[in-house]
Amino acid sequence: MQSKSTEITVGIFVAVGIAALFVLAMKVSNFTEFNDEEGYQVVAEFENIGGLKVRSPVTMAGVRVGRVSDISLSSETYNAKVTLTLYGKFNTIPTDTAASIYTAGLLGEQYIGLEAGAEDDYLQQDDIIDLTQPALVLEKMIGQFLFSKTEGE
Amino acid sequence: MIEVIQNLGRWGLGHIEWLGRGNIFLFRVLGGLPSLFLRFPLVIQQLHSVGVLSLMLILIAGLFVGMVLGLQGYNTLVDFGAEESLGVMVSLSLVRELGPVVCALLFAGRAGSALTAEIGLMKSTEQLSGMEMMAVDPIRRIIAPRFLAGIISMPLLAAVFSAVGIMGGFLVGHGLLGVDDGAFWSQMQVKTDWYDDVLNGVIKSVVFGFVVSWIALFEGYDATPTSEGIGRATTRTVVHSAFAILGLDFVLTALMFGEE
Repeated sequence: MQSKSTEITVGIFVAVGIAALFVLAMKVSNFTEFNDEEGYQVVAEFENIGGLKVRSPVTMAGVRVGRVSDISLSSETYNAKVTLTLYGKFNTIPTDTAASIYTAGLLGEQYIGLEAGAEDDYLQQDDIIDLTQPALVLEKMIGQFLFSKTEGE
Repeated sequence: MIEVIQNLGRWGLGHIEWLGRGNIFLFRVLGGLPSLFLRFPLVIQQLHSVGVLSLMLILIAGLFVGMVLGLQGYNTLVDFGAEESLGVMVSLSLVRELGPVVCALLFAGRAGSALTAEIGLMKSTEQLSGMEMMAVDPIRRIIAPRFLAGIISMPLLAAVFSAVGIMGGFLVGHGLLGVDDGAFWSQMQVKTDWYDDVLNGVIKSVVFGFVVSWIALFEGYDATPTSEGIGRATTRTVVHSAFAILGLDFVLTALMFGEE
């Protein structure tokens, strides 16, 4: 019965290995997020996106409602064209919603925060968010601060 | 003077010949893989000796590597007040690098050397030529099942290593050092990507499994059939595997995470 116990241990080994992969997928990585992949895309143009990256979160009132799916440079305005994928269940976002780029913490990752407008129409596939606020660039702010300090003297 | 050049030439030719033998050997093994589906019990037997018997080592090593990562990472991160990022640090370093690499090094030491010694001994006791006399292809009967078992068990072992390591990091981070467990897991889940991190780690470990099994089996098959020759072949297996793993790891990392 040597071969039988061999087969059993190999079976356990393979099961443990696959279970470990499963744990890595479910518990460690963001695999579960791919389930609500289906959503709709809207575009927002920013003057400056700072350190925003593809897959950065999009939040509304701190709740995650989507993610950045594409970043490109507009050839006419030379602004950054950011495509946001919003999850399908958040389909009642007004058209005059404003998008701004914030930083999580002082040195954290950058994300897009949406602030709901008052319009009765809702954002649809391929709509454009007009009200945008660029990322705060720390060096620029320090520069402005120093400039205003010296101006006063 | 001429003698020195001649020696150099012999040395170079010997290495090229050796490389050529290795590649021919690989192609013969790959050619023998399809016929394994008819004789899968052979593979299961090898999975036992290559995979199951390495499992204990991988579990213990993974746990301690994760625990050390947790301790060291905490000491560095606490200076920045970022000890919540401990989970990210542990999971990314395990899933991307340490899981596949350390596991492959252990695998080469535990399973690779055993494979070389086994095949080398079979060669020196003329079991392989005996098989050829009976019209049984030793590459198909002996080598190919071990090769496939190595490729299958490596990614499984690496996944176990990473998972256990993350548990070890969590035990130290949460249990010993008091990092908030919610932050530990949630930050880890946000920053660890399924495709970019976990799947690339799996690809790495498959490649390492391929290379380690290839080196181990070839060194055994190519060994000088004496007790000294087998000893040297076993040493070469571990040394060459380590070089190949670390070198390939750099290449794979550059390909996978190079452009960001």
